[in-house]
Amino acid sequence: MHELSIAQNLIELVSEHASQEGACRVRTIRIRLGELSGFQRALYFCFERVAQNTVCEGARLEIETVPLTLHCGTCNDTRRPSTRYSFRCCECGMPASEVVTGREMQITAIEFGFAGTDVPAPDLSSKHERLTAARQIN
Amino acid sequence: MCGVCGCGDGEVRIGGKPAHKSHSGHDHSHQHHHEAGSATVNSDGGDQNRWLHIEQDILSKNDRYAEDNRARFNELEVLALNLVSSPGAGKTSLLTATAEAIGGAPHMAVIEGDQETENDAERIRATGVDAVQINTGRVCHLDAHMIGHAMDELTLSAGTVLFIENVGNLVCPAAFDLGEHHKVAILSVTEGEDKPIKYPDMFAASDLMILNKTDLLPYVDFDVERCVEYARRVNPQIAVLQLSARNGEGMEDWLAWLANASDRLTTPVRQRPVVQVNA
Repeated sequence: MHELSIAQNLIELVSEHASQEGACRVRTIRIRLGELSGFQRALYFCFERVAQNTVCEGARLEIETVPLTLHCGTCNDTRRPSTRYSFRCCECGMPASEVVTGREMQITAIEFGFAGTDVPAPDLSSKHERLTAARQIN
Repeated sequence: MCGVCGCGDGEVRIGGKPAHKSHSGHDHSHQHHHEAGSATVNSDGGDQNRWLHIEQDILSKNDRYAEDNRARFNELEVLALNLVSSPGAGKTSLLTATAEAIGGAPHMAVIEGDQETENDAERIRATGVDAVQINTGRVCHLDAHMIGHAMDELTLSAGTVLFIENVGNLVCPAAFDLGEHHKVAILSVTEGEDKPIKYPDMFAASDLMILNKTDLLPYVDFDVERCVEYARRVNPQIAVLQLSARNGEGMEDWLAWLANASDRLTTPVRQRPVVQVNA
């Protein structure tokens, strides 16, 4: 369950930004995960647990998945792999091991809430709704 | 847990001692990274809610510790290898066989990673090699910060090969750079030849795959050729060695790989021949 460590790293970084911004809560965290990053959707569940009693408690986690693309030297272009985890060009079938996208693990945006705000946080109390909300941005 | 840096989180112990007792007075020969990193920050305005747009790697703290470790390894001219496998693939046996072949300190040193017990470090020390045990508690992998502390417990000198035996796990250690020069994946022939495609992240991240326990090949249904094909499907550049740590078959290829990797470390880049470490 290395997602637990990933969630801890994520919350630590976001909490530092919240402190720098003087925010009293974090409403949304957007992250970008490459297909090769090794993350799984289990991150949602770890995130919820690790966020408890932090400034990130109740925040919505939105994940943008970045597809794996490779540079094909034969076609001299960026291509998708022929099948999942096959480092061959989908067009010409030649080996293409240079990863262009797919290794990303980045925070891209954080929405902060400040004292005095009267805009309610989105009601995403069930896991189903939270997953649906996250999928909508993909 | 250290409230400033998060180290010592959970039940991590290094050499039987808690990773951190308190922040005042603990020793580090590596830097702590508490800054937010080099993210590009752009804020939008807003009365009550505000968005911050950044690009910051989630594992940026680990990666900075890994860079510190890498700098220390290079400065010391120590070759650092991160050994990864499932539990029971024979990492510790390979290390004890290696110690017998190349001798103990100063030729090699070992950092052992397990959730619990000092058993593996004791097996290594019995061969005359300096070893420190990291017990990760509930954590399923080693991270770069633990390695920085563990290095402080070892005597490392130019030419030493530092073996970091990661927690037996083919999933989680793939994501955490320790600052090593190479990841080495060990797969035993009792495990099934399709491991590289079942756990592709680990084999994609490794520079060398060692097929261990080849003395058992006559007794198991393990297709070596197919296994190598699967590994190269997820990592076309991966080098492959076959050996038995138990009877010594193939060990000379492993020792040659180590010598080659060590030489490459100390040879200036412009003088290096343009060849792969091994085929």
